[in-house]
Amino acid sequence: MSETKLKLEILRYDPEKDQEPHFQTYPVTCQDDWMVLDAINYVKDHVDPTISYRWSCHMAVCGSCGMMIDGEPKLACKTPVRDYANQTARIEPLANFPIERDLVVDMSDFMGKLKRVKPYIIRKDERAIEEGEHRQSPAELMKYRQFTLCINCLCCYAACPQYALIPEFIGPAALTMAHRYNQDSRDQGLAERQDVVAMPEGVWDCSFAGECSEVCPKHVDPAGALQQLKIATTIQWYKGLIGMGGK
Amino acid sequence: MAYVRPVSKTTWYLAKRSYTVHMLQELTSLFVGILALILLWGISAVARGPEVYRGFLDGLAGPGMIVLLWVTTVVMFYHAIAWFSVTPKAMPVQRGEVFVPGSIIAGAHYVIWFVLSLAILLLAGVF
Repeated sequence: MSETKLKLEILRYDPEKDQEPHFQTYPVTCQDDWMVLDAINYVKDHVDPTISYRWSCHMAVCGSCGMMIDGEPKLACKTPVRDYANQTARIEPLANFPIERDLVVDMSDFMGKLKRVKPYIIRKDERAIEEGEHRQSPAELMKYRQFTLCINCLCCYAACPQYALIPEFIGPAALTMAHRYNQDSRDQGLAERQDVVAMPEGVWDCSFAGECSEVCPKHVDPAGALQQLKIATTIQWYKGLIGMGGK
Repeated sequence: MAYVRPVSKTTWYLAKRSYTVHMLQELTSLFVGILALILLWGISAVARGPEVYRGFLDGLAGPGMIVLLWVTTVVMFYHAIAWFSVTPKAMPVQRGEVFVPGSIIAGAHYVIWFVLSLAILLLAGVF
């Protein structure tokens, strides 16, 4: 296996010692097929055990290792080191989130917003178990399937210029989840989500820069979801005007 | 205590090329507004009689106005193309289990644009 040499310039921040973050550089010799996460793990295991960062699955499923790699929000486990061969890769915590320590960000803002959009199936008329399952056709599934692929890595929030400027913005991933459930034929909770979706900090703070979809490692297309949500919200508003509420 | 990185409210769009392009696209809306104002000016002139309407036409023929209209036309084309290209995201069309290709949705917008423009030019007696 051939080797790849690069330097990792990692943002360090210790809340107990530092007034503000600073960069620390680590030269790393990697195997050619390593991902950036492997290189950071190598530094942690062999050079500097004090570096803090999140990771878990190493297969782009858990969404833990989202970080800024040369200014772009990416999953470290999905970013090959060979893309930065003989270069310096600048590694920073996800933009637009407070830094807790080194590459670890405080995600509580997002978690609160996700809860507000009620990302689960809401039924007005619960049916008894003996009545059987809620059946759904493949076409009905396809209507929202793409949006179920979100892994909450928050790369979309780190890329969103609107979230950077307006921290109250509910943001791409949470609103995409609202759309995902609104589109689900088994769901009846659109009206309950509408209070959050239709407020100014909901879909209307999205300016359709489209960066969220550009950086999404799972190709969820949050930008598309939010524009569809804007149209649905407008239709819902007109329906409300003539006394025809939605589901 | 968690550290919050500062964000410049005045220069953020220079941080990344795609942000700058996005802001330029947003800026094209100003020209849409300018064109709408010129149209309103024209309608108002028609309503106020032939003399005023002739004054409006003379106003459009001034060199400054011709430059403005050419710039506005070019910017409007950019505006239309930029937004038509993202219509498949906002208005996906599903047929059964598959989605209609985005090129067809965007293409349909161009066809409607062309047909409507043709209809307006016909009504205006250009042909």
